[in-house]
Amino acid sequence: MRKSLVALAAGLLLAGSVSAASAADKLKVGFIYLGPIGDLGWTYQHELARQALVKELGDKIETTYLENVPEGPDAERAIEQLVRAGNKLIFTTSFGYMDPTLKVAKKYPNVHFEHATGYKRNANMSTYSSKWYQGRYIQGLIAAKMSKSGVLGYIGSFPIPEVVSGINATMIAAQTINPNIKVKIIWANTWFDPGKEADAAKALIDQGADVIMQHTDSPAAMQIASERGKLAFGQDSEMIKFGPKTQLTSILDTWAPYYIERVKAELDGTWKSEDTWGGLDSHMFAMAPYTNMPDDVKKIAEDAQAAITAGKLHPFKCPVIGQDGKEIECKGGANLADGQILGMNFYVKGIDDKLPGK
Amino acid sequence: MELVEAIVLSVLAASTPLLIAATGELVTERSGVLNLGVEGMMIVGAACGFGGAWLTGSIFIGALFGIVAGTLMSLIFALMALGLAVNQVATGLALTILGVGLSGLIGAGFVGERLTPAAQLYIPGLTDIPLIGRVLFGEDAFVYFSIALIIGVWWFLYRTRAGLILRACGDNHVSAHALGYPVLRIRTFAVMFGGACAGLAGAYLPLAYTPFFIPGMTAGRGWIALALVVFASWRPGRLVVGAYLFGAVTILQLHAQGWGVGIPSQFMSALPYLATVIVLVLLSRARTGGSTAPAALGTVFVPDR
Repeated sequence: MRKSLVALAAGLLLAGSVSAASAADKLKVGFIYLGPIGDLGWTYQHELARQALVKELGDKIETTYLENVPEGPDAERAIEQLVRAGNKLIFTTSFGYMDPTLKVAKKYPNVHFEHATGYKRNANMSTYSSKWYQGRYIQGLIAAKMSKSGVLGYIGSFPIPEVVSGINATMIAAQTINPNIKVKIIWANTWFDPGKEADAAKALIDQGADVIMQHTDSPAAMQIASERGKLAFGQDSEMIKFGPKTQLTSILDTWAPYYIERVKAELDGTWKSEDTWGGLDSHMFAMAPYTNMPDDVKKIAEDAQAAITAGKLHPFKCPVIGQDGKEIECKGGANLADGQILGMNFYVKGIDDKLPGK
Repeated sequence: MELVEAIVLSVLAASTPLLIAATGELVTERSGVLNLGVEGMMIVGAACGFGGAWLTGSIFIGALFGIVAGTLMSLIFALMALGLAVNQVATGLALTILGVGLSGLIGAGFVGERLTPAAQLYIPGLTDIPLIGRVLFGEDAFVYFSIALIIGVWWFLYRTRAGLILRACGDNHVSAHALGYPVLRIRTFAVMFGGACAGLAGAYLPLAYTPFFIPGMTAGRGWIALALVVFASWRPGRLVVGAYLFGAVTILQLHAQGWGVGIPSQFMSALPYLATVIVLVLLSRARTGGSTAPAALGTVFVPDR
C-alpha cells in the first residue's frame, strides 16, 4: 500500500509541476493554469501572455505558474500555495476556479486576484473575459460566403451562454449573406476529447456540412476537415498548421495587453477590483489572418472587423428575433444588453434545432 | 447509402482502440488480476507511439514503441501488485495517475507536431465495391489487427492448454499453485499482455485516429475498455459485440444530434455506462454457467514456500 502511495505522490508531482525563478524585491505574479502549457489551446494562450508579460516587465516582476490544476477543491490549495510563496497578484485562468479564488481572496485581503471568465468579484478580486461573439459574427459572414452546400457544421462543448451566444452571432451574420443558411449543431459534452471532436466533425461532414466551426479545444476537427477537403475555423489559438488549406481564420485569445496593463497597475499601486469584458476594440482577442478565401470574402471579413472594432456594428443589434419568431426584448437600447448576452439561453430564428434543456 | 457506409467506417475507427485495450485487459483479468491502470498505460502508449513514429517516420515503429511503453508500464504494476502483493485496485489507480503525468512529460517535446496517419488498405476493384468495399477492404492495419487479436485470444483461452491454465489461475490460484503451476509468472505474462495491448490501443489514437499528440488525448477510453470487459462478462465473443456496440452508440448519438432527433445528447453519451450497469445486474441475477467474473479476480496471491 505504501509503495502505491509513493507512486501516487510521484504522479501528482508530475501533474502539477512548479516553475519559479528567484529574485528579491520584485513583484511576484502567479498564474493558475487548467491544462498543460502545451495544450495548443486555452492554457497555451495564457502562457504566451505570461511570456509577453515577462518580456515587457521582466526587470520588475517575477512570475510563477502552476499547470494542470484541476477545477474544484484542489484549486484552492494551489492558489493558497501561490499566496504563501509571496505572490501579490494572482491570475486564475479558468471558469471553474471562481469559488476557490473567491474563498482564498477573502482569506488574504492584501493579495490581489484576477479571475478569468467568471462573475463573482470581491474588493481584491477582479474578473476579465472576452466578447468572443464578435469574432463569431465575422466567422458567420465568412462561413455563409464560403459554404457551397448552405449547411454549416458547429461543434459545441456545453450549452452554456458563452457557446450559445457564439452560435447565435454566427447565424445572425450568416443570414445577412444567405437567408436560407442552415446550421447543424453537435454537442460534444466535453471541452477536450480529440477523438470525439474528430467524430463530431466526421458526422457533420457526412451529413452535408462543408464549413466546420468549433467551440471545443483541440485541433482534431480542423484536421478532419482538412482530410476531407472541407473548410474550418480554429479555436483559441492558431491552428493553421493542422489545416494549411483549411483554416479560414481563428479566434485568438490575446491576454497579453490585459495582463501587462493589470501588472503595471499593481506596480503603480493603482490596482482596483474591476469587471473587464473586452472585445476587438480592447484587444482581448484577435482574428488570425484570413486565409483560404477569395479577396471579396476577405474584404467582407475585414470590413466587419473594422466596423465592430469602431463600435459601428453590433452582432446583437435589435431587433433580435427568437426561434419562435417573437422579438427578444431589447434591454440595451439599440442592442441587446450585455447581461442578456452573458446569460443567453435561446436560439435565434433560423436555427432548426432545439437548445438542450429548453 | 453513402451515409450508412460513412457511419460504419466511423464506428469501426471509434471501436478499434476500445477493442484492443479491452482484449488485453480481458486476458489480464482472466488470470485473476484486476489492473485499473489501462488509461495510464494507454496514454503513455499514445505519447511513445507518436514519438516513435515522429522520430522515425514509420507508423509501424510508432506502434512498436506504443507496445513496448505499455508493457513497461504494466511491469511497474506487476512488480507492485504481484511481486510485492500490494493492493491491486490502489496500484492500478496509481498507475493511471502516473501515466497521465508521465505522458505529458514524454510528449512535451512534440506537442503541436502533426503526422501522416496510418495508410488505409486499397485493393483495386474490391475497395471500390459500393457500401461494403471500404468497410471490408479499406481500413488501416490496426482495425484488421484488432480482429485477428481477439480471435487469437479466443483460440488461446479456449483451445489451448496454456489458456486453460491461465483461466485456472484466475479462478482458483491456490489449486493452480498446488498443481504446480507458476501462478505469479503466468499472471505476470498476462499483465504484460494487457499492457502491450493498452499501449497499442493508445498508440492507435495519434497514429491513425487524430494524428497529433496532446496530453490527455485518451480522454477516458481506458475506463471504457475496463467497463467493456465487465459488459462482455469476460468472454471474447461478447467483447467484440460490446466494443462495436459502444462505438456505434458514440457515433450514432453524434449523428442523431445532427439530424435533430430530440433525445438529450447527455443521455445518449451515458448509454454505454448504463448498459454496463444493466449487464452487471443481469450477471448477478443469473449466476449459472461460466459467464461470471473469474473467481480469484483482484485477490492477492502469495505462494507459500
